[in-house]
Amino acid sequence: MSTTPPTALIAEDEPLLAMALQAELARAWPALKVLATVGDGASAVVQALALQPDVLFFDIRMPGQSGLEAAVELADQWPHEGPDSKPFPALVFVTAYDQYAVQAFETQAVDYLLKPVQLARLQRTVEKLQLALAKPDPAAISLEATLVQLRGLLASGNASAPVVNTPLTVIQASVGNSIRMVPIDEVLCFEAADKYVRVLTAEREYLIRTPLKELTDQIDTKVFWQVHRGTVVRALAIDAVTRDEAGKTHLSVRGLKEKFVVSRLYSHLFKAM
Amino acid sequence: MATTPLASIDWNAKLRHFLQTVAFCLTIAGLHYAFRPERTFAPGLVYSLSIGITTWALIDFGSHLFPSARQSGWPSGLWGKLLPVAGIASGYVIGTSIADTWFGWSTWANATQQHLLLSGFVSAVIGAIVTYYFYSKGKAAYLEQKISEANRLAAEARLKLLETQLEPHMLFNTLANLRVLIGADPARAQAMLDHIIAYLRSTLSASRSSSQSLEREFDRLRDYLELMTVRMGPRLRYTLDLPPDLAQCAVPSLLLQPLVENSIQHGLEPKVEGGTLTVRARRNADTLTLEVCDTGMGFDPTDPAFTHPPSADHGFGVQQVRERLDAAFGSRATITFIASRAEGTRATLCFPLTP
Repeated sequence: MSTTPPTALIAEDEPLLAMALQAELARAWPALKVLATVGDGASAVVQALALQPDVLFFDIRMPGQSGLEAAVELADQWPHEGPDSKPFPALVFVTAYDQYAVQAFETQAVDYLLKPVQLARLQRTVEKLQLALAKPDPAAISLEATLVQLRGLLASGNASAPVVNTPLTVIQASVGNSIRMVPIDEVLCFEAADKYVRVLTAEREYLIRTPLKELTDQIDTKVFWQVHRGTVVRALAIDAVTRDEAGKTHLSVRGLKEKFVVSRLYSHLFKAM
Repeated sequence: MATTPLASIDWNAKLRHFLQTVAFCLTIAGLHYAFRPERTFAPGLVYSLSIGITTWALIDFGSHLFPSARQSGWPSGLWGKLLPVAGIASGYVIGTSIADTWFGWSTWANATQQHLLLSGFVSAVIGAIVTYYFYSKGKAAYLEQKISEANRLAAEARLKLLETQLEPHMLFNTLANLRVLIGADPARAQAMLDHIIAYLRSTLSASRSSSQSLEREFDRLRDYLELMTVRMGPRLRYTLDLPPDLAQCAVPSLLLQPLVENSIQHGLEPKVEGGTLTVRARRNADTLTLEVCDTGMGFDPTDPAFTHPPSADHGFGVQQVRERLDAAFGSRATITFIASRAEGTRATLCFPLTP
């Protein structure tokens, strides 16, 4: 793969900063070809899948989907098996401020740059990227390593959330004119759906307005496992986890007919003993 | 006309007023005795005390029957004039009757008409003077409290702006953009730096007074919006619409800043395609109408569905504007906030014009 020039995608919502990063990259790494520049997370995922670049520069705070969310979704959708699969791109996060304490990851697969980006620091990143891309085994920037780091980033981002001392014991769901008190012990699964969260029990389904993020802060994460950005299931109720030909993982829950997608970010939870 | 619950009465203030009234009554009885030493001291003292205290009690406690007196301590409009007249008249009659009972005779049956007229007149004059004394003292205290409230809210608005200015994403992204412009387009970099300076200075200049002209207010908004335009590029378009005849109207300083920040941070910045922000001032007879609208995400900080932690400070903006309008104009100001996913948000402020 050394014959083709390395390629990159830039995702940055502030046009001047995107332009500047491209200009600085041209100086620090003349061989690098920037395939496209996009201004939001969703377009970043679409373009990355279409263009399959070697390196991704993602701004963390972008409209719609954040850079972090876009990276997780891209990891889920990246074709990593089959004849036309390419190794997962190297990720470089660009951020105005070190909200995720990303310094800790400086020596690993996922790199980060602080804005304003300075040439000397950018050159260090470039050297690291060049080294990784030149390795005979392209899996050096493996998806697994990236996922471990994304999990770390998400966890450190959540660490700032206030600790809730009293865990939720009952879900108050409105049904028509009345409020149904659903004991948390009956809940099998929470699933985010647009503006609502579906609360699934063996008998029926309730809709509540509390965001999933807020719920997960209040429930025992040993009892309920997050398996996808929008899905939290009762671990003891999980029946089987299967992987299809496309590499997607699904799980079924005892007492529920539907199947749930498992994000690659959380697939490490389901390894055979 | 709802009666005020006893709990809301400031009993310390009432005791102070009572003691002052007693002091006035003693002075009057003393003067009376000084001019007419041939009479005994006791009757003058008892009549003075009983008329004075009754009149004070009727007026001071009576004012609590009027809802308009709750904040200022004095009923507004016609009631404010009728209350002392009725209080002094009934205070004279009831107070005299009480003193009559004390001495066991009847002023009404024995005194000459001339004597009744004279003592009634003296009571009315003294009552009016003392009432005016309490009224002006109460009013001064009320105004002082209003001013300190307005100053406190202005300081809060300044603190809020300072927080926004120092918020890392605002600060470092702005500086990163400036850094790019210095190399690419020095003239634009200079213009941007000028806006940064004016924007930072606005926290200092606003600290000198709790109100400023609408023109200044709009200039500060323009500095902020210019910075955001450099950062957001074509995703942000804005219009500041201030008719020249309204430029010198006084408004609480930094009144609109939190609303414009809300529109940018929660409406337009998170929206992929961006949108338009409009700030408009209009005059309708004696009412000034200010409007901040955007075509963004339609985020409603007052919606209970958004009560999870991040919205705590989002709601703060609207709450703060509400408090400041309330402190400056009371019930004469209104604020309406409409948010919809389809059309964005629209905040409308109406309050009396103060040129």
